[in-house]
Amino acid sequence: MTIKANRLDSAAYEENFNDIHPPFETKEGALVEANRCLFCYDAPCIKSCPTGIDVPQFIREITTANFKGSAKTIFDSNILGAGCSRVCPVEKLCEGSCVYNNLHEKPISIARLQRYSTEMAIRQKWPLYQRQPDNGKRVAVIGAGPAGLVCAHALSLSGTTVDIFEKEEKGGGLMTYGVAAYKVTPEFCQDEVDWVLSLGGITIKYGKSLGKDVQLADLKKQYDAVFLGIGVGVTRELGIPGEDLQGVVDAISFIYQLRTNEYASVPVGDKVAVIGMGMTAIDAATQSIRLGAKEVTLLYRRTEKEKPCTQKELDIARLDGCQIIWLAAPKEVIGKNGKVTHLVCSKMKLGEADASGRCVPVDTGETFTLETDMVIKATGQTPFENIVAAAGIAHQHGKVVISQDAGTSLQGVFAGGDCVNGGKEVVNAVQAGKDGARAILKYLGL
Amino acid sequence: MANLQSEFLGITSPNPFWLASAPPTDKKINVLRAFEAGWGGVVWKTLGSQVKNVSSRYSSVDYGGHRIMGFNNIELISDRPLDINLREIREVVREFPDRAMIVSLMADNYRDAWHDMVKKVEDTGAHGIELNFGCPHGMVERGMGAVVGQDPEIARMVVEWVMEVATIPVITKLTPNVHSVVPTGRAVVQAGSNGLSLINTIQSVTGVDLDTLVPNPNVGGQSVFGGYCGPAVKPIALKFLTTIAQDDVTNKVPVSGIGGVSTWKDAAEFMLLGASNVQICTAAMKYGFRIINDLCSGLSNWMDEKGYQSTKDFVGLSVPKLTRWEELDLNFHITAKINQDKCIHCGLCYIACEDTSHQSIEKITGNPHNNYVVKEEECVGCNLCKLVCPVDNCITMEEHRKGDEYLNWTEFQKRGLPLNDH
Repeated sequence: MTIKANRLDSAAYEENFNDIHPPFETKEGALVEANRCLFCYDAPCIKSCPTGIDVPQFIREITTANFKGSAKTIFDSNILGAGCSRVCPVEKLCEGSCVYNNLHEKPISIARLQRYSTEMAIRQKWPLYQRQPDNGKRVAVIGAGPAGLVCAHALSLSGTTVDIFEKEEKGGGLMTYGVAAYKVTPEFCQDEVDWVLSLGGITIKYGKSLGKDVQLADLKKQYDAVFLGIGVGVTRELGIPGEDLQGVVDAISFIYQLRTNEYASVPVGDKVAVIGMGMTAIDAATQSIRLGAKEVTLLYRRTEKEKPCTQKELDIARLDGCQIIWLAAPKEVIGKNGKVTHLVCSKMKLGEADASGRCVPVDTGETFTLETDMVIKATGQTPFENIVAAAGIAHQHGKVVISQDAGTSLQGVFAGGDCVNGGKEVVNAVQAGKDGARAILKYLGL
Repeated sequence: MANLQSEFLGITSPNPFWLASAPPTDKKINVLRAFEAGWGGVVWKTLGSQVKNVSSRYSSVDYGGHRIMGFNNIELISDRPLDINLREIREVVREFPDRAMIVSLMADNYRDAWHDMVKKVEDTGAHGIELNFGCPHGMVERGMGAVVGQDPEIARMVVEWVMEVATIPVITKLTPNVHSVVPTGRAVVQAGSNGLSLINTIQSVTGVDLDTLVPNPNVGGQSVFGGYCGPAVKPIALKFLTTIAQDDVTNKVPVSGIGGVSTWKDAAEFMLLGASNVQICTAAMKYGFRIINDLCSGLSNWMDEKGYQSTKDFVGLSVPKLTRWEELDLNFHITAKINQDKCIHCGLCYIACEDTSHQSIEKITGNPHNNYVVKEEECVGCNLCKLVCPVDNCITMEEHRKGDEYLNWTEFQKRGLPLNDH
């Protein structure tokens, strides 16, 4: 057992990391699906979208070959509509509430249709938006992830000049660095960032970390307002013995590595254990398999019923051949010569429901041991508490506290996205970016 | 299994489905394929004086993702030499003696031309003749087709010429490009036409190409009015058909129903409104002759369910149910009811009623699904909500009579009853 790279040939890597949700290849395909849509009134799909995209409207516009109108309808609510069409857990959102479900029929493939219109717009570089004349205001946005990009776009539309400070070398945030590559390719992420920037009035300054390369106090002085969209950091510590052994890795770092290097150069174990059952856990598990791991096991301390990922995601993991052990919590990582060899897990059972309504897992006292050479932790991310605290912003366990108007405890400083909510979907960050921009414009008297 | 055997003016066919006079019946190879597939009969594409066709010839109206809701052609009558057509007709009659062979004719507008054509056709052994008084394009400019059908006196004259020599049944095909088909229908029946068929195609422009700005179909950058047919024209055909069935002169002869018949249901509807059989073209042009299987089995199964032994048993049964407006019962009142168990919460009934009807549906906002309830006292029973609802039988119209007695408009006025009661 060993952790190593170059497990597969290049053709295999290419196939494994190919687009998992192929788009409609032809107009006819899109039209057949679009014409299924009933064009519901006050539609549940709109209400189930955190950004409130007028889904029936954009689908109707596809049926009449008004593709520009369709793309505009989507982008008006969600300028990252193309990316969201690939990463949104739509079965929990728009597609999950499609009235066809009530007929026990397949819901409209809203995501694929959304991808159809938005990709056409991005590929053909339709100039759907024009900035208002320069209003003389300047806003600093920290973080070029979904929240920051969306906020910047909305601000720039109004004629505001926006500088984005980004710690990485590319924009897109978790879309670029934290999502499985078979959902959004690096090329697509770049195209989407370029799409946002094509409006003009937005400059991204790469390689600029808050607290290191730039200081909030300076930005406050140099700009009329600041928006914080710094996201969240690495995975939460497990707090168990052996966590520091070689081979215990954090899912976010693992995916980051995968997204920033050639697939062949990313090392993976023979027998991988992934702890957690969220989207990131699934992404880590499936991509381990796709990198050539021989055996991947997902461990979750509750049951399938309580899983945080969608059924569709779980199915992907199962189809990829991942093993799944429910009611298992990591207890100790065992190693030899400093390297992981085994993971000891507690067998759990479900206890009483907690405040959120989910049953709390309780240790049965029994354990089992799994042979493994790589343990990937995917049990939720931790906020950048140090950065937030150092900047003097009020927070709760590192999560930035904001008012209804997206304002932080510092005047003129606003925030939104994962750094506020602790880590939700991209589409939630999009809405937070919109809210932030609206609040900033109000603050600036625009 | 109900017997689909059909008889029209003594011409028998194994089923009441004939292919209408059109491209599918313009040569032996097509007609043989049709008969092999099981079609009851054909009306051979119109024979007449020599013509020349253009390219392109067809265009269509698509709707809701479906192709060819309506179909339009600018093709003329048969452009093949007459002797070849006649020879092939004779050969097909010999090969399929149990199928109906009707030949459509459109001669130049003088007596001898018609006499000559009728005799030539009879010589092939064909079972009947259909007079094409309906073609709305190309032939009109030469004093033929719809020009004849639009003027009852010209139509009468031509039929009289035909009947002077015809020994086989003669069917006159009527054009719908008139205010009413009845005057021409009466004239040709009085002149001796043994039967009628309707409708021919309706003059139309199916649309304009938004890139080239040329209307469809495009013939080298130009277009002309074409003849419209297909599912879109069915309601118009049914209306014209009914007026023929309601008239005391025209309802004495059998009628072959034409106009957007695509399914066995359409066929049954045409027959219920007075057609003894039906002619089909567009549906076959879209899907090929294989649609005959469903046409036959669907009609037969429906007849079994209704207890009809023969296609004659139900011809015209719905005609008496079409009356004049002033005969309708004003005390008949229905209101919509939404079955909450079937409702899928699409809101289509609500927005249709709220925006365009009588604001009779209440929306109870939910997240994400709203509920919808009919305000019975506001509902006028218009059917709109039921028509837009995507779920069968989710919205039903329940009877709540305004009074026990039958009360029509004539009686209502006589009694001086109040108007505007809502």
